[in-house]
Amino acid sequence: MRGWQAAVAGLGFSLAALPVHAQSLTMGLSAAPTSADPHYHTFTPNNSLVAHVFETLVDTDAHARLIPGLAESWKLIDDETWEFKLRKGVKFQNGDAFTGEDVAYTLDRVPRVLNSPGSFSVYTKAVVGVEIVDPTTVRLKTRGIYPLLSNDLAQVFIIPKSLGPNPATEDFNSGKNAVGTGPYRMTAYRPGDRAELALYDGYWGTKPHWKNVTVRMVPNDAARTAGLLSGDLDFIEFVPTADATKLRGNKAVHLEEGDSLRFVYLMLDRSRGAGPTPFITGPNGETLTTNPLNDQRVRLALSLAINRPALVERVMEGAARATGQFLAPGSVGYTPDLPPPPYDPAKAKALLAEAGFPNGFRITLHGPNDRYVNDAKIVQAIGQMWSRIGVQTNVDAMTWTTFVSRANKQEFSAYLLAWGISSGEASNPLRSLVHTYDPKLGWGAVNRARYSNPEVDALVAKAMATADDGKREQVLIEAQRKVFADVALIPLHIQKNIWGMRAGLTYEPRADEESLAMFVKPAK
Amino acid sequence: MSATALPKIREETPFRRFLHDYAQSKLAVLGLVVVIVIALLALLAPWIAPQNPYDLAQLDIMDGRLPPGAQSMGGMTYWLGTDDQGRDMLSGILYGLRISLGVGLGSAIIAGIVGSALGLIAAYAGGWAETVIMRLVDLQLSFPAILVALMILAFLGKGVGNVMLALVIVEWARYARTARAAALVERRREYVEAAECLALPRWRVLFRHMLPNCLPPLIVIGTIQVARAITLEATLSFLGLGVPITEPSLGLLIANGYQYMLSGKYWISFYPGIALLVTIMAINLVGDQLRDVLNPRLRR
Amino acid sequence: MIAWLLRRLVQAAFVVLAMTVIVFIGVNVIGNPVDILISPEADQAERLRIIANLGLDQPLWRQYLHFLVGLLHGDLGRSFVFNEPALRLIGQRMPATMELAVTAVLLSIVIGIPLGLYAGLYPDGAAGRSIMAGSILGFSLPSFWVGLMLIMVFAVQLGWLPSTGRGATRELFGVQWSFLTIDGLRHMAMPALNLALGNIALVLRLTRAGVRENLPMDYVKFARAKGLSPARVVFVHVMKNILIPIVTVIGLEFGSVIAFAVVTESVFAWPGMGKLIIDSINVLDRPVIVAYLMVIVLLFIAINLIVDLLYTVLDPRVRLESQE
Repeated sequence: MRGWQAAVAGLGFSLAALPVHAQSLTMGLSAAPTSADPHYHTFTPNNSLVAHVFETLVDTDAHARLIPGLAESWKLIDDETWEFKLRKGVKFQNGDAFTGEDVAYTLDRVPRVLNSPGSFSVYTKAVVGVEIVDPTTVRLKTRGIYPLLSNDLAQVFIIPKSLGPNPATEDFNSGKNAVGTGPYRMTAYRPGDRAELALYDGYWGTKPHWKNVTVRMVPNDAARTAGLLSGDLDFIEFVPTADATKLRGNKAVHLEEGDSLRFVYLMLDRSRGAGPTPFITGPNGETLTTNPLNDQRVRLALSLAINRPALVERVMEGAARATGQFLAPGSVGYTPDLPPPPYDPAKAKALLAEAGFPNGFRITLHGPNDRYVNDAKIVQAIGQMWSRIGVQTNVDAMTWTTFVSRANKQEFSAYLLAWGISSGEASNPLRSLVHTYDPKLGWGAVNRARYSNPEVDALVAKAMATADDGKREQVLIEAQRKVFADVALIPLHIQKNIWGMRAGLTYEPRADEESLAMFVKPAK
Repeated sequence: MSATALPKIREETPFRRFLHDYAQSKLAVLGLVVVIVIALLALLAPWIAPQNPYDLAQLDIMDGRLPPGAQSMGGMTYWLGTDDQGRDMLSGILYGLRISLGVGLGSAIIAGIVGSALGLIAAYAGGWAETVIMRLVDLQLSFPAILVALMILAFLGKGVGNVMLALVIVEWARYARTARAAALVERRREYVEAAECLALPRWRVLFRHMLPNCLPPLIVIGTIQVARAITLEATLSFLGLGVPITEPSLGLLIANGYQYMLSGKYWISFYPGIALLVTIMAINLVGDQLRDVLNPRLRR
Repeated sequence: MIAWLLRRLVQAAFVVLAMTVIVFIGVNVIGNPVDILISPEADQAERLRIIANLGLDQPLWRQYLHFLVGLLHGDLGRSFVFNEPALRLIGQRMPATMELAVTAVLLSIVIGIPLGLYAGLYPDGAAGRSIMAGSILGFSLPSFWVGLMLIMVFAVQLGWLPSTGRGATRELFGVQWSFLTIDGLRHMAMPALNLALGNIALVLRLTRAGVRENLPMDYVKFARAKGLSPARVVFVHVMKNILIPIVTVIGLEFGSVIAFAVVTESVFAWPGMGKLIIDSINVLDRPVIVAYLMVIVLLFIAINLIVDLLYTVLDPRVRLESQE
């Protein structure tokens, strides 16, 4: 009985006193990884987990800039050949030395993972040949000029050749194959529940502070916040924006916030040529014969009607940055002269009248309600704003499952989406979101609106054939100016990521959204 | 009116006796009054609510999350505060009551009628009718309510009508099973045998004689089902599959406020929660008393 | 008896088959799993490869046939998402849900029946009335909201109980269980109570209703006239009669407790199979959805069978033959 009381008292104090835990850390993640196999699924939660155990040739820093990882340096030898100098003295957790053989083995395995729902081969397919010059030098041949190889390889985790032919995904989950060069070993993995990590003594780099790390999957927002407040979790990711304001004032908790690479935007249907789009009718509900969204003035009007600072302040509660382009300042391809479009309802109305809609029209704005931060609230708020310029807006938010299937079939007229710019530079969204839909090339893959602009396409192609980083960035900037002048899509904001941790800890906010125990440090 | 009414001894009709018995409990009368008031509020919401919370053009996010008693930018007072969209909570609750009450009562009543009738028929008719009905019941009960509703709404999409349909499909089998269980016992009682000996029509035995005796468990279940239907609707809305976000029910209002509980903006889910609680408790008080009154064996 | 059992089992098989057909068609109506699973950056060839890999390029009837063939070999397919056998995934999660559900049902019996008896025997007392009022509260609140309230009060404000998760487990019969450790029990307290809340009220009300209904009956009067002690009359004679609806309902509720664990598990981040099914529906992981529903259906059928058997034990007037 006394023991019980002592336990209760101790727990009560744990919030106030914050004893230094014996170098163990419990992290609460917002989404469950689908596997511990580093090549199974291109999915941020997976990367976040396996990055503790495995490493990549090219690493990225907190701002998604490339830094040396298992490769100390890399350079282009000719237009189609990259040479990587590998780090010496690196040992896998099973004692094997890391060599070029492992790189070749990894690149060979990536496209052959069985039943992979999202193959990492998108990051390796540019490589057509591997040449092992010596144990610490590898040359990779690409098909044609491919300037983004190092960005791509920053996604590919290296596994040891000793795993043998065709290592099974299940064996990674069971821990048997979970052998990397990273700072932590995976001692247990329970899908959808937790993973246990223990420090790897032979790690080549800076030893992390924590000896033991428990990674818990807590997808429920409130539960994650409550877990932090009650002291069950030392560190959580994706602090709900609703709680952030309150937590900022809580002394027992410390928040870290930073720009992400997640670009939130509205897509406007252009897939039906001159014909009408399904969810727009005249101001009195009459059927239209054309798609008003084909008119640049209408698209601009819809963009100018949106009060982005209000969205950021009221809906996102400060956890976003209003934007007029894909990326936040400081990224490759950021265009300084593309500020967020101003809030100008008067001009929006005038533009609508000019385009032949003096009484506006009716539109249904679709969006998911369980996918992005505050997604359903954003579409409602935009519904309010559009209604004020005479565009009578009906809002329909649905689960992602239904939403994405319908969006992929071009069923909507205007809809909310977000895009995580995994490479951290502007060619990625240009290729994926606004380049003409081209299944063969793999470009325009998520250009669900089927926007098509030959000038943009030409600039994107030009950028991808420009090996020089500085020149390529200029082309990318030019392409973005075209895209946003034409209102190919309506940019809204760039999400900020918020991490919450108990007071006394720090974390450098990462643009790639990953939560990595090695960078959670006690404050000095 | 007339001289013969002077002694004020009214003929005892079943309905009068019912009213008399019902009025025995003051709490139940209060419950009934509350139910009537809530029903009126819900019916008259469009005329008494300060704002139409379903019209996006009337909302302004700049008025979002205001505490109770705050003034809007347009000078209106939000007595119960606003939600994240700047929706007046009082108006939202009045409109939400319409939906929650409609969905809850409507689905429970439809499911109750369908389910009980089928259950009684199964117990009384036996044979292939019973087999078919009870296998359907088994099939239905083999699927957990919440999952069936989830699946149905996933196929059909959101909407008040779809939610009701899902709730009816989910709940009818419970009534059927309970009605049958009670009727199986009733069927062997003497009065049924007596009625059968008198060669009364089967439907008459079933619905006039057996049904009243099977009612107590059905009313207990039914009472709970109204509450459960409203809760289930709230849960479905919580999971993003209930009513549309632009036309929130009480459940969805609570779900919307759920994420603000930890940040101290209690009113967004607190007041709809209270409204929900009062509604359900009032319905249950009425149901409780109905059960006591309608149970012939307690009538002594 | 044997014939009756066999008949029920054949019917059960039909139920399961019907369910799988519905789910196969249903999941197809919702959307295409590939849209959700696949990396949006994948090109067309990659997309086609994955579709073929998952067997989704086949017509639906052929996919179903393939599933049936696998079923005959005891193979329910592999998860599209996790690439593990669906049954193994469910098996890993099942103990967590089971112990939560069993604890919740036990709680509802242990708390519900005594309170219900009391409220039935003394319906007009202050305590009896309070119990009834409390029972109304018990099922009036949406469980996700109650869950959050519990977390707010007991984990955040008072700091007595851990907010989420399963805590320490210990192995028994090769399975990890929470109820064998103090830490596990502390983690289980709130979710189990949350899950039990509605059922406590239900059991309580049924017990009270039964007592109220039975007390005026002749057999009670006879028993009293025979000079039996009041306790014996209530606990043996009345109890035996009111147990029929209670057993029915508890039996039926056990299944829905498992299903409703879906909500509780998401609020408390309890790693059971309810969370798995919600996630699986969200990503249209059909093998897991089908396998989960099959497991649940079989469980329900077993429960219904047991309930029916208990019927005959508790009420000799109802015999199994009456079902034929």
